[in-house]
Amino acid sequence: MTEDVTIYIDGREIKAKAGQSLLRAALDNGVYIPNLCDLRERETPEASCRLCFVELEGVPEPVTSCSTGVEEGMVARTDSWRVRELVAAGFELLMTTHPVDCAACPGNKRCALQEIAKKMKFKLKSGRLPEILRDAPLDLSHPRIGYDSDRCVMCGRCVYVCNEEAGARAIDFIHRGLKMTVGVFGGGPLAESSCISCMRCVEVCPVKAFYEKTKETDV
Amino acid sequence: MTDTVSDRFEKLKEKAASERAGLKGGAEVLITVGTATCGRSAGALETLAAIKAAVKENSINARVMEVGCHGHCYAEPLVSISKPGWPEIYYGNITEGLAPFLIKNFLVNEDPALEWALGAVKENEIVPSVYYSPRFGGELRRLLARCGRIDPENIFHYIAEDGYSGLVKALKSSQMAAIDEIKKSGLRGLGGAGFPTWRKWAAVRAAAAEKKFVICNADEGDPGAFMDRTLIESDPFALIEGMTIAGYAVGAAKGFIYVRNEYPLAVERISAAVTSAKREGLLGTNILGSGLDFDIEVVQGAGAFVCGEETALINSLEGRRGTPRLRPAFPAERGYKGCPTLVNNVKTLSYVYWIMARGAEEFASVGTKDSKGTAVFALAGKTRNPGLVEVPMGTTLREIIFEIGGGIPPVIKPSQLPGEKPVMKARAFKAVQIGGPSGGCLPESLLDTPVDFDSLREAGAIMGSGGMVVMDEDNCMVAAAEYFLDFTMKESCGKCVFCRVGVKHMLDILSRITRGEGSEEDLATLEELADKVKRGSLCNLGKTAPNPVLTTLRYFRNEYEAHIEEKVCPACECEALIAYYIDLEKCRRACDACVGSCPTEAIYTRSDRLKAIAQEKCVKCHSCLEACPASYDAVFLVSPANAIPEQKPDKKSDGARAGGGPEKRKE
Repeated sequence: MTEDVTIYIDGREIKAKAGQSLLRAALDNGVYIPNLCDLRERETPEASCRLCFVELEGVPEPVTSCSTGVEEGMVARTDSWRVRELVAAGFELLMTTHPVDCAACPGNKRCALQEIAKKMKFKLKSGRLPEILRDAPLDLSHPRIGYDSDRCVMCGRCVYVCNEEAGARAIDFIHRGLKMTVGVFGGGPLAESSCISCMRCVEVCPVKAFYEKTKETDV
Repeated sequence: MTDTVSDRFEKLKEKAASERAGLKGGAEVLITVGTATCGRSAGALETLAAIKAAVKENSINARVMEVGCHGHCYAEPLVSISKPGWPEIYYGNITEGLAPFLIKNFLVNEDPALEWALGAVKENEIVPSVYYSPRFGGELRRLLARCGRIDPENIFHYIAEDGYSGLVKALKSSQMAAIDEIKKSGLRGLGGAGFPTWRKWAAVRAAAAEKKFVICNADEGDPGAFMDRTLIESDPFALIEGMTIAGYAVGAAKGFIYVRNEYPLAVERISAAVTSAKREGLLGTNILGSGLDFDIEVVQGAGAFVCGEETALINSLEGRRGTPRLRPAFPAERGYKGCPTLVNNVKTLSYVYWIMARGAEEFASVGTKDSKGTAVFALAGKTRNPGLVEVPMGTTLREIIFEIGGGIPPVIKPSQLPGEKPVMKARAFKAVQIGGPSGGCLPESLLDTPVDFDSLREAGAIMGSGGMVVMDEDNCMVAAAEYFLDFTMKESCGKCVFCRVGVKHMLDILSRITRGEGSEEDLATLEELADKVKRGSLCNLGKTAPNPVLTTLRYFRNEYEAHIEEKVCPACECEALIAYYIDLEKCRRACDACVGSCPTEAIYTRSDRLKAIAQEKCVKCHSCLEACPASYDAVFLVSPANAIPEQKPDKKSDGARAGGGPEKRKE
């Protein structure tokens, strides 16, 4: 049913499925494009992490590849300097709000931010911009899930799976602007939410702000 | 079918005409008071009460009517009186105290009190008309024509003033013809982006769907812009008629007016207007017997600026978080509840009635090649005649600011001592900020820029909501950029990283600069961040947020450099970079005004009985500068804060207060 279309990424010919996003087509064919908020299961992308920029032939400004559908003959570049500087700026800004204490983090070595930094050769810490950390308390109320909102990158994956997939509606974005965070309605602890312990938030969290408690990590 | 429409409309018109003719309700005199929000904040309700009391007391046979806002903020409360034998006259700044005298002088003693009059409403032989003044004469009022002229809660006033003739015309022609008329007119979205209105209409009409919606975006949130509020409060039926026409043209049966809840009077008036339009069969099922069904629901926003962005607005309307969605898909394809949705601004929809009634050609008779018709601006800041200004597209900024607006007002120091004359200091124009937090600051060299969508964008500003804030030499451009960025930072929804974090970092840099702690690298980082936020953000709030910074950097870079390199605020506005001093040559021994005004007891009396300020105690509150009598005018500002002016030392103290000359001294 799904026809194949031929696209070119960084000069490589790639067979993609019609209707697929450019980001998915690239990732499925081994071309790395940094991303945080994209979810395979999701029909319309969140497009909020602003990291998956590519340059398209005939389009003046870089576009986010998660929100671009593949088209026959599409020519994209992931490695132009215009793409790189935009992605680098987005990553740098994001990292000023994320505590870089990897050794103490349950997501160490399983973290999308570490992966992006490694693959894109970005620094984890901005040399010029000061940190803007929230310093919110850890939420250890839930028997199986720990939540450190300080580490959250606002990708919205957990919000999507909790609301649309699991239907638990335990968590959502709360507050706005810099104060925005993922949390329980009214700001209460996770244990007092409608969580059904499906652990999907833990699975999809790219930075393990939501993590499964173990004997080593927590009480 | 069309016969029914015409017949029913004729009946309504007859009723309207008789209502209008009997406006005075058998009374001899008609007095109107503008009691929209701006009038009320200037005391119009008190004036209204005082007028009613005076009318009763003097047993005058008069009807006192509340009308909407004229848009002449400088003259509020605004009152008009029409009395037999006299033309209708506008009176400005009629306060509660003045009102009884006006009523008595004019209506009892036959003295029209012309010293309080702005002028006659129409040309006549007796009293000069207001149109001789550029504030009135320089405008071309179409959208605002009825504002302040009719009772906004009475649908028959609207019908008597040409209302609903647009809908009747539209109903008599086909839906496509209505869209064609809008296309011919060249109307572009007056919410600010300037997208051709007919394209949205055609897209929604072409979309195949059972249900379609029309949304009026009345979530006006730009600081300094209030034209949508005024239109809703003063002429709500024009919006309802425009929406009904839009509903007819695109095939929607339901409309929403999304109005911010900080506009209680607008909510009240538009809700009342919807009810009375339904009562007269001009809204609801089978409108005017034409078979058209269209209903309107008024929805209140919860106070987020970002909900003025159309996709965030739709999210909010659906009961979701007010965060923007990715476009495309545009609302015209998938909008409210996934259905094709037309989203237009209040001004755009209000203009629709005008175009349908008067024709596309008359609409396009003024304006520039690509921007037709008129534009409404909210003139504010350092201007003599603030308020709403409606001018043809293509009018220059200079005409708006210096002719209609009356130019930059002087700083006036009122007299405080007996027999003293007030002191006026002329102030020079510095910049005009157009388009609110997404707009830009334009300098004097660009004053001849015509105001239309494309010229403003080229200059780095945008038409935006039409806020126009005039700034003079006392306004610091870095502080202005900081103000707008602070606004955007607080109103960012937080969804995407560039706007959420990038704007915060930019704001921090600006704050450092205004505190005199900025560096060369800061300026480079600021410019780079501005560029990235502009290109990387998800929605237009983020994409346009850096505009105030980019334009001030482009046109007023020297001010940034002065703050960074010399720690000087050229406008003497940034608190950290200024200091207050007393000019000993001007200070008088017998006076203690400044001492009494100082909240921190920083002002002391020297051994020669002149006054001086102990800098370490001064909190820079400006009180002493205001308290110092106009005829002395001894307090002045210096920047940088450590520039100590050369003055004679206090003999009995250690003389430490003498020093080098000031870098910048401001009278």
